[in-house]
Amino acid sequence: MTRIELEGVSKSFASREGRLEVLDGISLSVQPGEFVSILGPSGCGKSTLFSLLTGIEPADGGTLLADGEPIGAGEQRFAWMPQDDVLFPWRTVLGNVALGAEVGAGLSRSEARARALELLPTFGLEEFADSRPFQLSGGMRQRAALARTVAQGRGVLLLDEPFGALDALTRTDLQLWLEQIWERERWTVVLITHDVREAVLLSDRVYVLGPRPATVRLELEIPLPRPRTLETLADPQVAALEHELLTALDVGAAPA
Amino acid sequence: MRQLGRLVPALLVIALLLIVWQLYSTLGDVGSDLLPAPSRVASAGWGDRTSLWDNLLPTVREVVLGFALSLSFAFSLSILLDRSQAVRRALTPVLIGSQTLPIIVLAPLVVIWFGFGLTPKILLVALVTFFPLLVGLLEGYASTTRAAMTLMETMGAGWWKTWRLVRLPSALPSFFTGLRISVTYAVVAAIFAEYAGAELGLGIYMQSAKNSFRTDLVLAAVLLCALLTLALYALTFAVQRLVMPWYAQSRERPS
Repeated sequence: MTRIELEGVSKSFASREGRLEVLDGISLSVQPGEFVSILGPSGCGKSTLFSLLTGIEPADGGTLLADGEPIGAGEQRFAWMPQDDVLFPWRTVLGNVALGAEVGAGLSRSEARARALELLPTFGLEEFADSRPFQLSGGMRQRAALARTVAQGRGVLLLDEPFGALDALTRTDLQLWLEQIWERERWTVVLITHDVREAVLLSDRVYVLGPRPATVRLELEIPLPRPRTLETLADPQVAALEHELLTALDVGAAPA
Repeated sequence: MRQLGRLVPALLVIALLLIVWQLYSTLGDVGSDLLPAPSRVASAGWGDRTSLWDNLLPTVREVVLGFALSLSFAFSLSILLDRSQAVRRALTPVLIGSQTLPIIVLAPLVVIWFGFGLTPKILLVALVTFFPLLVGLLEGYASTTRAAMTLMETMGAGWWKTWRLVRLPSALPSFFTGLRISVTYAVVAAIFAEYAGAELGLGIYMQSAKNSFRTDLVLAAVLLCALLTLALYALTFAVQRLVMPWYAQSRERPS
């Protein structure tokens, strides 16, 4: 379990029109075992934030700390789950999950397979260990991708719009499923999303980012009791929280 | 049985071509020595089967060894070019240039440099066949998605591990496309090399048959070459099934 602290983090990229400011002084924190969402419009720099956290890109300014130690470029402390599952067709479901343990955690092949086998039941995939990814439904593929992320045994899961490519019903199904297993496992999670309901349903806290260059517009506690289920969606608090988040995002303020 | 059923149209076309050829050379206004009928080609070829067999084997050996060289060259080079942009920029013009060398001029030169033995044949086969393999591999590496590369990077995989676990398997489908193009060139390249000078081989067999005006034997050797190429082509599918069994399955499903 890892605590993350970001203080005044900024990042810009060189572009044809000069420097493109993407992140402008982002400060946020994630406690061990906490589920935090980062909500923002498309193209606001959420994914850039992840590339800083994963150590793929260095920040221009500010500090990024994991358990009090600076996160340097080229240092991988977090497990990243991409938006499209990136399951490899030449590996079975078990093989794909084992890849996370083999490469991400540096286990031997047999240790990695053993860890993957242990994980599959948690993700409801034990019967599909020997299936190929293309034989699975979209929801199952995302579960396998999440299993691969967990298999890396890192302190934090970085979920990059994990359900963004799914149809609305499957997405709600998976959100409820993720809530259920998170209750049990209590991973430290940072979720990037532009789905307001997803943020409300799953998070302990939500940070709202504005359009580029992104700043933190709002930090919102989600006080809904857990476990959260389908019934939670009928809670009037949900509507109020969604309203507050959408307002912070300027949704409906001016025609897009 | 379904596999055999798929061959029926191809066999029908071949039968039709043979029938037209047979009719034209027996009924048409062309000397039977100029264009011998397929029946005569077949019986002449059968009559000379020991000699054809003795000349087929060296050609097969040249093709196999040439291909082995070509494969190892294409793979090593592809790793080098994939690894470094600078190497890629430096070598690409030379590699493309190598494909513009007219083999008809090159073949005799290579024989002058390396003699009548196996070496010049292997080199020519490799020269002609490595390029489609290399292009297939490079295009295949490039088909690796950005997200897959990022995933490997966040997991802490180095270049070599990423190549082995992701880039190489991603490249296999287009590698096999390149391989199929290559095998169709391989036999022709070996024949060319033999034509320029050899002791045994289908190329030299054709040349001596031609010199004694045995058009039937020339054509018998040509048919043998075609059969050899067909066999090699079919072999690529068998190898593909073995190396990437997942590929055929994944294509059967819409997803």
